[in-house]
Amino acid sequence: MARRFQTPSQTVGPFFAYGLVPEQYGYRFTSIADHAVAAPTTEGDQIRIIGQVFDGEGTPIPDALLEFWQANAHGRYNHPADDRKDNLLDPDFKGFGRIGTGTSAEASFQIDTVKPGAVDDRQAPHINMVVLMRGMLTHAFTRIYFSDEATLNAADPVLAQVPEDRRATLIAKRDEALSGSVYRFDIHMQGERETVFFDI
Amino acid sequence: MSEQRMDWTSHPAHVYPDYKSTVLRGPTKPLVAIDHTLSELTGPVYGHDSIGPLDDDLTKNGMRNGEPLGERIIVTGRVVDENDRPQPNTLIEIWQANAAGRYIHEVDQHDAPIDPNFLGAGRCVTDDTGRYRYTTIKPGAYPWGNHDNAWRPNHIHLSLFGPSFTSRLVTQMYFPGDPLLDLDPIFHGTPEGARDRLISSFAIDVTEPLFALGYAFDIVLRGPNATPVED
Ligand SMILES: [Fe+2]
Repeated sequence: MARRFQTPSQTVGPFFAYGLVPEQYGYRFTSIADHAVAAPTTEGDQIRIIGQVFDGEGTPIPDALLEFWQANAHGRYNHPADDRKDNLLDPDFKGFGRIGTGTSAEASFQIDTVKPGAVDDRQAPHINMVVLMRGMLTHAFTRIYFSDEATLNAADPVLAQVPEDRRATLIAKRDEALSGSVYRFDIHMQGERETVFFDI
Repeated sequence: MSEQRMDWTSHPAHVYPDYKSTVLRGPTKPLVAIDHTLSELTGPVYGHDSIGPLDDDLTKNGMRNGEPLGERIIVTGRVVDENDRPQPNTLIEIWQANAAGRYIHEVDQHDAPIDPNFLGAGRCVTDDTGRYRYTTIKPGAYPWGNHDNAWRPNHIHLSLFGPSFTSRLVTQMYFPGDPLLDLDPIFHGTPEGARDRLISSFAIDVTEPLFALGYAFDIVLRGPNATPVED
């Protein structure tokens, strides 16, 4: 079979909003995905995740694009490669969300979703993320875990591959001061608290 | 489970100082390699159900009171994986500047005219053979603040998910013979041997008489089970 070579990545640039998240930014084009990863009627524990993305000087980044990919409350992905019959598929739940950080004054993001179930017998509940922005020529992959899943997190095989002193960067902290299930997950592109990004 | 990693002979490093914004934004600690799980082997599925009737014609989907200005072009090619297997029913998201080099995005302050009949955003989906095709206006070059007298070469932004989470690709398609390519740090951030893969080719067989010039551009995604080969 003929061998082809991958098309290189290039930056998403500063002007992605009207193409990739047009409705969020008020452009005349439909969005294929937005901050509502799940609908209010989606089965599972409704949660909200809020946060900011910081550059190497600690300044919030107002032109990042964040993407979220997750399993449903039963731990099942809506994708043909996940054909495990024991985990119920919810056909109305795609499991994908997308938000730009340019529509709030603090350059923050907020997604509404359901807490994913444990993905297989071993992995703790988590949401997979793609981080893109002007100033990144190639996107970065990370994961969001949850602070109230300490037991499952301790047994998670992916977290186990992360140096112990950096694991906390992947754990969204439940904010007890706010009503509802709200978690805070900040992304630090660089510095002491640089978020763990994966080579997958 | 696959042990495959990002192909850093194809993709730009996270920090490339000539492109100044990478210096404070690109991760600097080593990436953590993890074994693939279902989380990496699955990914969002978007196909024919995610596009509207005019989405693949950017010369029409932003019309208000007339035709957009500029040179009409047709862009087509195949989306394949590294083994040349076609990727059918795959969404491509498209965005670009207008013929004058101006984005409709509010933060674009370049002093060039907005075209009231051109949005510059579209989508298309590949057919059973992995082929895609869209019609648009050739985007203009535009200045940016990276360095003194910096101009981006003509380019169209593209976004694809491909078959799994690991095949995510956001890229830019350039045009043959553009003198600005040699001066562009975004293009040059790409490993040298891979840069040419970002440049489309003029195609007379795609060109439609009395209507539009044609350009060919294949997009090669990382495959879920790409076979490593020795060169
Ligand atoms: Fe651009």
